[in-house]
Amino acid sequence: MGAGFAFTGRGGWVRAVLTAVGVGLGVALLLLTTALPSALDARHEREQARTDFTFSQTVPPKTDATLLVANVGTTFRHEDIRGRELEPEGPKAPLPPGVDKLPAPGEMIVSPKLKALLESPDGKLLRERLSDRIVGTIAEPGLVGSAELAFYRGGEDLASKLDNGRVVRIERFGEPIQGTSDPWDPVLILLVLVVFVVLLMPVGVFVAAAVRFGGEGRDRRLAALRLVGSDSGMTRRVAAGEALAGSVLGLVFGIGFFLIGRQIAGRMEVFEVSVFPSYLNPSPALAALVAVTVPAAAVLVTLFALRGVVIEPLGVVRTAKPRRRRLWWRLLLPIGGLAMLAPMIGQGSDGGDFNQYLVIGGVMLLLIGITALLPWIVETAVARLGSGPVAWQLAVRRLQLSSGTAARTVNGIAVAVAGAIALQMLFAGVEDDFTEVTPYDETRIQMQVSIPEGMPPAQAAADFRRTEGVRKVYAYSEGYVGEKRTDPDFSTQVTVGDCAALREVAKLPSCRDGDVFAVSGAEYDTDTSDMAKPGRTLYFDPSYEDGHEGTETPWTLPAVKRAEAAVDMTGSERGGLLVTPKALPAATTKSLGGQVYLRLDESVPDVYDLVRNTAAAINPLSDPMLWVSSQRSERYDSIRTGLFVGATCVLALIGASLLVSQLEQLRERRKLLSALVAFGTRRRTLGLSVLWQTTIPIVLGLTLASVVGLTLGVVLLKMTATGLSVDWASLLAMIGIGAGVVLLVTLLSLPPLLRLMRPEGLRTE
Amino acid sequence: MLRMSIGHTLLGLLESGPRHGYDLKRAFDEKFGQDRPLHYGQVYSTMSRLLKNGLVEVDGIEPGGGPERKRYAITDAGITDVERWLATPEKPEPYLQSTLYTKVVLALLTRRDAADILDTQRSEHLRMMRILTDRKRKGDLADQLICDHALFHLEADLRWLELTAARLDKLAEVVAK
Amino acid sequence: MTPSGSLLVAEGLRKTYGPTTALDGADFSIHPGEVVAVMGPSGSGKSTLLHCLAGIVPPDAGSIRYDGREMATMNDAQRSALRRSEFGFVFQFGQLVPELTCVENVALPLRLNGTSRKAAERTALSWMERLEVDGIGKKRPGEVSGGQGQRVAVARALVTGPRVLFADEPTGALDSLNGERVMELLTDAARSTNAAVVLVTHEARVAAYSDREIVVRDGKSRDMERVV
Repeated sequence: MGAGFAFTGRGGWVRAVLTAVGVGLGVALLLLTTALPSALDARHEREQARTDFTFSQTVPPKTDATLLVANVGTTFRHEDIRGRELEPEGPKAPLPPGVDKLPAPGEMIVSPKLKALLESPDGKLLRERLSDRIVGTIAEPGLVGSAELAFYRGGEDLASKLDNGRVVRIERFGEPIQGTSDPWDPVLILLVLVVFVVLLMPVGVFVAAAVRFGGEGRDRRLAALRLVGSDSGMTRRVAAGEALAGSVLGLVFGIGFFLIGRQIAGRMEVFEVSVFPSYLNPSPALAALVAVTVPAAAVLVTLFALRGVVIEPLGVVRTAKPRRRRLWWRLLLPIGGLAMLAPMIGQGSDGGDFNQYLVIGGVMLLLIGITALLPWIVETAVARLGSGPVAWQLAVRRLQLSSGTAARTVNGIAVAVAGAIALQMLFAGVEDDFTEVTPYDETRIQMQVSIPEGMPPAQAAADFRRTEGVRKVYAYSEGYVGEKRTDPDFSTQVTVGDCAALREVAKLPSCRDGDVFAVSGAEYDTDTSDMAKPGRTLYFDPSYEDGHEGTETPWTLPAVKRAEAAVDMTGSERGGLLVTPKALPAATTKSLGGQVYLRLDESVPDVYDLVRNTAAAINPLSDPMLWVSSQRSERYDSIRTGLFVGATCVLALIGASLLVSQLEQLRERRKLLSALVAFGTRRRTLGLSVLWQTTIPIVLGLTLASVVGLTLGVVLLKMTATGLSVDWASLLAMIGIGAGVVLLVTLLSLPPLLRLMRPEGLRTE
Repeated sequence: MLRMSIGHTLLGLLESGPRHGYDLKRAFDEKFGQDRPLHYGQVYSTMSRLLKNGLVEVDGIEPGGGPERKRYAITDAGITDVERWLATPEKPEPYLQSTLYTKVVLALLTRRDAADILDTQRSEHLRMMRILTDRKRKGDLADQLICDHALFHLEADLRWLELTAARLDKLAEVVAK
Repeated sequence: MTPSGSLLVAEGLRKTYGPTTALDGADFSIHPGEVVAVMGPSGSGKSTLLHCLAGIVPPDAGSIRYDGREMATMNDAQRSALRRSEFGFVFQFGQLVPELTCVENVALPLRLNGTSRKAAERTALSWMERLEVDGIGKKRPGEVSGGQGQRVAVARALVTGPRVLFADEPTGALDSLNGERVMELLTDAARSTNAAVVLVTHEARVAAYSDREIVVRDGKSRDMERVV
């Protein structure tokens, strides 16, 4: 019976739809939450199924069923691209998951996202690096997420590079499953938990408020039912039926939202993690639980709201005389929340576990604390507000009379903003962790590229000099010498370069080609002064007992000059021997690895990728290292944008409900408004009073939200043991969005207000 | 008073055309005499008084003789007299309705403005009510109670006047039949 | 009666709301200090006449002159200002702001005119005293009886010292005794300040407090003085 009433009456369907949307969002979020663990497991399984680098010591022998795999992963802008070069050693070579046929040399099989990137104008630069012909796409089983960037390309002559660590020989893809999978990073779990609690809470508050929408109209309707003879139990059942109808519709909405969200989730990427829609399958038991709990909760909230209300045939009587709200038990909630979170402070640093129940409970208690504290704060603050202009007086008096209603409408916004602030702080803090500050002096160099053995660094240096955006190139050959062929007791670093290059790393008294310098006084350098004796024979790349077979190239030291240590372009003091090329015998070159250090003009767009392209051309297996201390990546921006969008959506929904109740209230006051206009009240005055009426509780709500949000954020950051930093800009933005919603609601309620203020309202019906 | 109004009523009935005394009685009974049919003697005595005052004249006598065979017609003086009578509001007092009703019906019959008659009466009633209200404001409790009694009665009259005014069109239809 | 010397004169007012014609050529005039009752059956247009006269609703046609000024030439703000400073209003019900106390309600028109809160409430209290409701200043309208509330409304209508008081069924929701007391207080107060009163009512006993009556029927007005 109540179900029928839910959709009838003036504005009845608006209310029903808003309730349903609120319930629907809650349901969708819950379903998504229940689906998340399985999605992450699915990712993990796929990752295992395609594992090739097992880092096992034993290299299997070459057969017709082995495959050579080279890691040619690269980076484009800030995104990592998984890349493998495949060379079958026989017809039975294994295929990686998601690939039907191994690509021949010059051919490439790519993930759909990478394909799109390569074909877009954005990917032009990357296309220069990955220039092979695209002959197919990697199917879903070969990818861990829909947005993964990955490719396989055909390789040649990989066997000769087997020893360099980036090439392996494998008999099969995938690792035999070894017991339990790695435990999740506790910080990541914390993030996920907090995200969902923070998103769910305002929706919960909203649903609680939504089922009370039009409470007065409903009460009148129920009173009419009493008049025609229904008893109080029946009216309560009718009210429950109404709420149930709304939330069942909400359930349908929720499943719809979830299916849409699943598709959207397939296109989203968070922290370079993306999933396929098919991964998001909530476990049936949990889904059923959601389907039962949500409507039940809606009914309970309704009955709870009717608790202090007696519906009489001639109207509604509130039994409990409104008492002054008490503070103490309201404070218990947030304090309890803090108490639950406090024991976990600092556990993020040593990989400790977070008790999930405590985290959820603590965060929820803190956020619910807002809904408990706000009515008290509004009541107390409004009671103390003094006199002012008429508009102000009207608003304040109105709030004094019904501070509870005002607080209820703001609760949702306050909880959403508090949660968003905390979440943002957590994200920002964790993101800081992800981009550790490197000690390198980035004003000197920004990138370092390894040159393959046997290639003269000077030649590579010339290539880099021709690359756009490269300001300066320092090319060195680097190696180590020991005093014995095998298991040396002393060892020191050798840096080979021309005089100009060597002057960049130490203070040289004078320099000619053929000189050798011993640097003294460098940090962490104890052996150099002992070893740098002219005429002494040192051995490049000595061998060690534990299996490393070096080249053991001997070198007899010529005259050694003294040099003073200086901070080099890598930001540290370089010790050891500095050698000009002529001082070394040709045989030593194969024991030396080339390193090119680049100073870049970072204002050149995509300068890093221009360098990577050059590096890839020199050596496909090279992986240039970026030495930029703090990369404020677009990833964080996109998370922030996502959070803003989410928060804005929740706030917009709450705003819509605010508008509905505002309009309802205005309609009830139609006669009064017309009378006020009749005796000459300016429309501006009435408009302002409506604005104040929404602004005062919102300001109080947002202030409380900021305090709670910052507190929660600080606690969460302490828990993850990350550095404290408050992103004031986003804090203000969140508050701004909250305030914007209020302003919008007021603006939208102005036209109806003006219409209601027309003298027609004075006409008797 | 009542007799005066019978004279005026018969005069008014004559305005639509000359009639025999018997016709007059029948017309009167039909329209106004629901509970008190007019005695024929009343018609005769009234008509002779009106004749004497020059408000009616004998239009013709049917063969056979006798006063009952006389046909009466209204004179100009008679018309003026009806006019004046209709336009003069009655002194507001209880149980006025029959007179007022007669006036309204006659006005409708003679195609005069019946609403005017009602409005005039209404105005007179309200004037009386104002006087009573004023007396009440200045008087003691006894005055107030007495005035209130009168006021409530007048108010009832006034409501009747309003109601009748609102139903004039319908009444005109019934009367015209 | 000629309109000369009249404070408020209206001629040939016409007003339609959609398909319904509320006023169809109504006339009206009132002198300072005069109490004029506007009577008529429900739906006859008497409230619309009051709304037009008070400048709340602009008529479709016809002229309204207040104190020699043509209302049609005033904009909304000017008419609002006129209502604030020169006119007072009492309605049947629903006119008191429920969240303000009674004294704040009475003081409201003064405050709208820019009077300070203290001064406005002092004046308000003295008016409430005259209307015998000074004891309920601190209460909210929801906590007082209908008669008291209506007296508060009258006090509020008179507090600015208006030159015209518009009362639309001021006793409509009251019993006889309360209604009469309110009418006595209203007309006494209006006379003492020489305010004209436009009294819309369908009750003859309320109209009996007037000096003169106008009947509105089917949107047309009829000055009953001219009938006699």
